[in-house]
Amino acid sequence: MSKYSAQRRHFLKQMGVGTGLTLGVSLLPKATFAATNQTQTAHLAPNVFVAITEDGTLEVTCHRSEMGQQIRTAITQIIADELDADWQRVKTLQADGDKKYGDQNTDGSRSIRRNLARLQMAGATAALLLKQAAAKGWNVEPDSCQCKNHQVIHTASGRSADFSQLVSVAATLPMPEEGLVKPKARKDWRYVGKGIRSIDMEAVQAGTTIFGQDITIDDMLYAVIQRPPVMFTQPDSVDDKKARSMKGVKDVITLPTASAPANFFPLGGVAVLADNTWTAMQGVKALNITWTENDHSKYDSQSEKQILKETARKAGEVVRQRGDIKQALNSAHKTVEATYYAPLLAQAPMEPPAAAARVDGDSAEVWTSTQNPQAAQALVAEILKIPVENVTIHVTLLGGGFGRKSKPDFAAEAAWLAQKAGRPVKVVWRREDDIQHGFYHTVSAQHIRAALDENGNAIAWHHNTVFPTISSTFSTEANSPSSGELRLGFIDNPFDIPNIQLEKGQAKNHVRIGWLRSVANVYHAYAIHTFADELAYAAGKDSKAYLQQLIGKPRHIDLAKEGAEYDNYGDPLETYPIDTGRLRAVLDKATEMARWDDREKEKRHLGVAAHRSFLSYVATVVEVVVDDNGSWRIPNAYICIDAGTIVNSEHVKAQCEGGAIFGLSCAIGEISATDGAINQTNFHNYQVARMQHAPENIEVHIVDSDAAPGGVGEPPTPPFAPALANALFAATGKRIQELPIPLTLKA
Amino acid sequence: MIAFTLNDQTIQYDGDPNTPLLWVIRDRAGLTGTKYGCGISQCGACTVHVNGMTKRSCVTPVSGIADQHVTTVEGVEGKEAEAIQIAWIEKDVPQCGYCQSGQVMSAVALLKQKPNPSDEDIDNAMAGNICRCATYQRIRQAIHSAARQMEDSE
Repeated sequence: MSKYSAQRRHFLKQMGVGTGLTLGVSLLPKATFAATNQTQTAHLAPNVFVAITEDGTLEVTCHRSEMGQQIRTAITQIIADELDADWQRVKTLQADGDKKYGDQNTDGSRSIRRNLARLQMAGATAALLLKQAAAKGWNVEPDSCQCKNHQVIHTASGRSADFSQLVSVAATLPMPEEGLVKPKARKDWRYVGKGIRSIDMEAVQAGTTIFGQDITIDDMLYAVIQRPPVMFTQPDSVDDKKARSMKGVKDVITLPTASAPANFFPLGGVAVLADNTWTAMQGVKALNITWTENDHSKYDSQSEKQILKETARKAGEVVRQRGDIKQALNSAHKTVEATYYAPLLAQAPMEPPAAAARVDGDSAEVWTSTQNPQAAQALVAEILKIPVENVTIHVTLLGGGFGRKSKPDFAAEAAWLAQKAGRPVKVVWRREDDIQHGFYHTVSAQHIRAALDENGNAIAWHHNTVFPTISSTFSTEANSPSSGELRLGFIDNPFDIPNIQLEKGQAKNHVRIGWLRSVANVYHAYAIHTFADELAYAAGKDSKAYLQQLIGKPRHIDLAKEGAEYDNYGDPLETYPIDTGRLRAVLDKATEMARWDDREKEKRHLGVAAHRSFLSYVATVVEVVVDDNGSWRIPNAYICIDAGTIVNSEHVKAQCEGGAIFGLSCAIGEISATDGAINQTNFHNYQVARMQHAPENIEVHIVDSDAAPGGVGEPPTPPFAPALANALFAATGKRIQELPIPLTLKA
Repeated sequence: MIAFTLNDQTIQYDGDPNTPLLWVIRDRAGLTGTKYGCGISQCGACTVHVNGMTKRSCVTPVSGIADQHVTTVEGVEGKEAEAIQIAWIEKDVPQCGYCQSGQVMSAVALLKQKPNPSDEDIDNAMAGNICRCATYQRIRQAIHSAARQMEDSE
């Protein structure tokens, strides 16, 4: 145990706020970061990402939430690289929620694609100041100096100085003009692009990582909340006598009930506050609550499924049109159609949501595992009716997020209860709370109809998508898919088919709808690629060859020409075109890795899908073995990703592995509802992938690319389910048009 | 009063004897390496060793471990633990890290029982430990690697 105590101290220091030792070398051009105000010296513009202490330690501040994607490591790599720092002398701090960092909402696979360039600038600015400081002392040109392993060196004269020797002078220099700051050339990268190990490894091994669930504050009470079983219902009667009589129970408090639209507000319910977690959990069990009913109390996901499927088969609102679908369908040699259904899902991060809060007058301090600290800050301020600048959000490590922790409702619960109780409170969500009161990945139904000519070529594609929208969480008016969801693998369909018509249909929400890793890409890729495989079989062609043909020749797709509203994940099409050449390339590579063309000879059952999402391209081949009882396993999966420029090759690989298996979980899991309440409660009845379900072997290939960085956390998820469904068809002849896929297929 | 050994420390617990060991470890002893994930022995995040054998601490009443020796991730040691730790680093296993203490405790116990486990042994021993980041492949590789290390050092 003792061998870890030093590491433990180190990590606690790492996770804490900057110490008094920080000199605060300031290092960012004002033009790049307008909202910075952390300066400790009047004449320097402050730097929110980089600091160098007196002893030369490079302190990197990670402003994105760490939830397993290893962003703390990646950001450290980027900054350390620009300074050519000694990895042993770099320390990573975790930023609080603060708009001075710019966007901190860690979702949408944006951390690298939106921050690589600005963090390189941040690091390069620091490097330049150190060079200028050294050059001043040596009376040489800064350009003739370079950073080399935590020193500035002047090769011509053989002089060198450690960063620690330069900090005090560098801190007095004016901020360099933006044009003078030049990030390193790609060929000179020392850390970026390499498979550097997680900086949090030692802490994980020592058990010293601190997540929201792990926070303790002096004098804190532990709260567990019984939330309304049906969205927006409230307690009709609360009998808390038994709970209050329990030793250790300090209070029972009813929270305000949320009403539509849900936004990020806490749902309400009844909280039991106790002096430890277990007593709070027991106290909640002892409550006797009756709940009101409302329209959602009639929600039955089984009957709603039929309604969604019927809607999908009817004409919807056209959102993209190419050619003339009617004419093509009428002149078809053959038409094929299918309806696909995918159920609600819960993100179920391993760490259920948790937050601890201390409220003092009109100030609040919250420690929480949030993906979105600035939203947490705003919500806590709103709930407590205090100024937003008086709310401090400390971001702990996140035990997984997957979109659940983008919603800061749990931070607001803790803050509200702390204010009411007059004592710090930690709100602990039980797994049951997480499964039953979430912001769910939406249920969906899709109908696709295609026309084939006499050679089996697809000449028409008619696709209607129907699902309760995430927008319903924010507006009571929203009753059909938003453009923000349609852009996720639906409206950007890359297929080279002369006639395409895409439609959307209306659907009502009865639970809170939220984001889940890859969001609408999950069900859109599932339907599109399962159907593409159906077409290949209908045409009597090889699935890979048919998909290659559907993708067509290398080109950039212009959706605007076809009346489609498309924002390309918020990034410009010039930088990030919809490039069918890159999609085709990952497909070719993944199928080559899988020895696709030998599969019949080798009696292996494979399925394939290739999907662009979050500006990256991923192709996945899944191999299945199905035994006589219909139970199946996945010996191999092959993944090729083109994410443009990457920062950490090992962690991109890890995201591909994990993202793929997350896709597997999406294919085998189901959340359902009866009488408006979620049927599942915990991991015994909400199926997620375990060791024995996961592919025994996953091979990942990363395309070597200097294109602009795309997303990595989400893109590996969408192609997995259709590749699996197609492999199961290859093995059994059974089409999977409805999720979840049972672990044992019926004979 | 219930007394037991937690790593190298003696813990005296005078609360509700039905309290699961998990909450005594976390809330009373203040060791938060052992995690809560489900509370019903379904996810394995709370896995500890009691006298060297794996236990789901979330469903183990503290009364049941009186006078016994509990080991958590903070205190696990021995050649299996060392091999697992090295292999975990080598394979860069963790993503978010939340389930990893439980994974490590299950893996160490597996190697104690089967120094050279097959894939099937790994499936069986690790089936109870969920990882939503899905680090399964690396866990499998790391266990094999740890087994090889142990063999080589003998």
